[in-house]
Amino acid sequence: MNEKSLNELNAGQTARVKKLLLTGSMRRRLQDIGLIEGTEVECLQKSPGGDPVAYLIRGAVIALRSEDSSKVLVI
Amino acid sequence: MGLTKNSTGLNAVDTGLDLKKFLPEDKVIALAGNPNVGKSTVFNNLTGLNQHTGNWPGKTVASAQGVCRHNGKNFILVDLPGTYSLMPHSAEEEVARDFMCFGSPDAAIVVCDATCLERNLNLVLQALEITPNVVVCVNLLDEAKRKNIHIDLDMLSLRLGVPVIGTIARKKGSLNRLMQAVDTLIEKGGNGKPYQVKYDEHIEEAVGLLAPLIEGKFGSKINPRWLALRLLEDDRALSEPLSKFLEVDVFEDREIMQQLNLAWQRLEQGGITKENLRDRIVCALVLTAEKICKGVITYDKNTYNSRDRKIDKLLTSKSTGFPIMILMLMVVFWITISGANYPSQALAILLFWGQDRLTDLFKYLGAPEWLHGAVVLGVYRVMAWVVSVMLPPMAIFFPMFTLLEDLGYLPRVAFNLDKYFKKCSACGKQALTMAMGFGCNAAGIVGCRIIDSPRERLIAILTNNFVPCNGRFPTLIAILTMFFVGTAAGLFQSALSAVLLTLVIILGVVMTFAVSKILSLTILKGVPSSFALELPPYRKPQIGKVIVRSIFDRTLFVLGRAVVVAAPAGLVIWLMANITVGDYTLLAHCSNVLDPFGRLLGMDGVILLAFILGFPANEIVIPIIIMSYMATGTLVELEDLSSLRQLLADNGWTWITAVSTMLFSLFHWPCSTTCLTIRKETGSLKWTAISMAVPTLVGLVVCFIFANIARLFL
Repeated sequence: MNEKSLNELNAGQTARVKKLLLTGSMRRRLQDIGLIEGTEVECLQKSPGGDPVAYLIRGAVIALRSEDSSKVLVI
Repeated sequence: MGLTKNSTGLNAVDTGLDLKKFLPEDKVIALAGNPNVGKSTVFNNLTGLNQHTGNWPGKTVASAQGVCRHNGKNFILVDLPGTYSLMPHSAEEEVARDFMCFGSPDAAIVVCDATCLERNLNLVLQALEITPNVVVCVNLLDEAKRKNIHIDLDMLSLRLGVPVIGTIARKKGSLNRLMQAVDTLIEKGGNGKPYQVKYDEHIEEAVGLLAPLIEGKFGSKINPRWLALRLLEDDRALSEPLSKFLEVDVFEDREIMQQLNLAWQRLEQGGITKENLRDRIVCALVLTAEKICKGVITYDKNTYNSRDRKIDKLLTSKSTGFPIMILMLMVVFWITISGANYPSQALAILLFWGQDRLTDLFKYLGAPEWLHGAVVLGVYRVMAWVVSVMLPPMAIFFPMFTLLEDLGYLPRVAFNLDKYFKKCSACGKQALTMAMGFGCNAAGIVGCRIIDSPRERLIAILTNNFVPCNGRFPTLIAILTMFFVGTAAGLFQSALSAVLLTLVIILGVVMTFAVSKILSLTILKGVPSSFALELPPYRKPQIGKVIVRSIFDRTLFVLGRAVVVAAPAGLVIWLMANITVGDYTLLAHCSNVLDPFGRLLGMDGVILLAFILGFPANEIVIPIIIMSYMATGTLVELEDLSSLRQLLADNGWTWITAVSTMLFSLFHWPCSTTCLTIRKETGSLKWTAISMAVPTLVGLVVCFIFANIARLFL
């Protein structure tokens, strides 16, 4: 499978995290909620405006903006 | 559930952590956990207190404490803000970490969400690094059961080496077992050696270099392994609270620093830099949690949250998200308006009957006329107006708002609106603080703590007042009903009022966006920061309990305010209307001075004066207007809104006056309580002044433009 960023997933698609390109506090925040290399993420639903998008991460639903999700590489 | 009288007004601001023990042998228990796992519900049920609870992450922004009696002993419970980690990166997380580390609690309860246990264990594992005396509370077991998630609590307890108690926080019985476990733990003097996370061998080696040295210096005062890890991370933010706690600055200790440099060298040899050390630590925590959960949690993966996803599709999708949001707002207003109508009239009749009886009593006692005037026509009458016009809508709106909050709808609103906040370089969580503002702007201001970026937080604070609080709703409703809908109480009328009120609210929201944008282009320049918002599972609210509690709570609150604020205001107004200086009363002088200015804004001097005198509480604006008109002559019997409308019309009100007054009610300075809260939250007089100036300026401009354009068409 090809490497792409998290924001390229469509609703219903699932992928595994390859690498976090985020830095600083957002990187730490996502790590704290369990988003690390190898974590499975499912894209659930876009908001009415198309951004942010809700993802299922370790049983919790987390909304991320495209600026941030584009910096999460998945396969 | 919902905002309570403890979480609105000035009480919304915490007073810091002064632990209040009754007896020296009282035990202090920290209550930690991820956001939105039911910590506050556990806390409330254990202490009998009434902390604000609601289904969204981040609503407990300050620590609260309360006493729980168990087995004849006092346990002081400290409810900490929800955190995902004890390696903090926000102010509220710091509060939680500092208390866990330096507050020296006798034990800590870590509350976990059973439906999301694996992630919650991350925090448990971190807590175990700080103190062995942890009791794990797996909460929301009922929800987990409904979602076919099974948790083997005994196996979890065995693996962690600490007591694990399953609870349903809404049911008190399960909490007894929790307190029993805490009691037993303290009685036997601690947990011994619970599970510790093992890191890479290089990290373990580095910890091994530091920990014995730390232990030698500080003994059992602090967990040496935990401090060693934080030193390796070079967590300088820890320096201040740590120095205070240990009474010596570790970062200045030569021996420790020498050893730390050695440890860093070792790490580097193992390919670990300061930068990726934290990555490794967090990964180890997450993977350990995953490992521990294997075999402990079993669930049917495919179906367990399908119901929530279906609701989300409805509430947040492109085609239905916004229509439902607006519809929901309208329905809430419609119920408020039509439901408040009858009790409002009944209260008015009752209270003004009471006024006549009071008058009889004063006459019977032969009291002087001025005393009767001041007490009955001044103090009593304003209180009567506040209670009859303002109380019913407030008491109906509040529980409905609380139900939506408990259901978990508010984070969805933030999710829907975030894109537009981003366009204004603000944070989507601002929508949550605005929703709080509907209840009470002061509570909304405190709620702004959930926004991490200081710049975005200030934007949210400065614009919160554009959402009319519970105290301003009834003003808007009363004016709308009198001037645009007709006072007949029909289904159509109340529905029309609701639609118009919704438009007013939308105007406030649009203004929030506009002003946020302007602020982020001018005095609060910056780009939008990162955003991660958890959308919690939907929870069925305890409808009966919410309604009873929040009506009770609101009623007491409004009655309390009526006495504290409306009574003196009534006295002031009566005095102003009856003290004559020169040819005019004081009231006439004041309103005459303000009159030209008021007219420029589509209002008059009396209305402006009412807004100024209404600074302590917006509830008294309409009552003051009524009082002032009545004091200046035509004393009419006022029993319902239609005779009130007549009074206003007699004093020159047109639809332009009505709209201008509503606009000014929406856009003017925050009430005194909110101002004090802003002062406390920003710690700055400058920002307090700006937060008063911004909405006032908007109000002046909007009213001026509206009134002058409207007059052209009249």
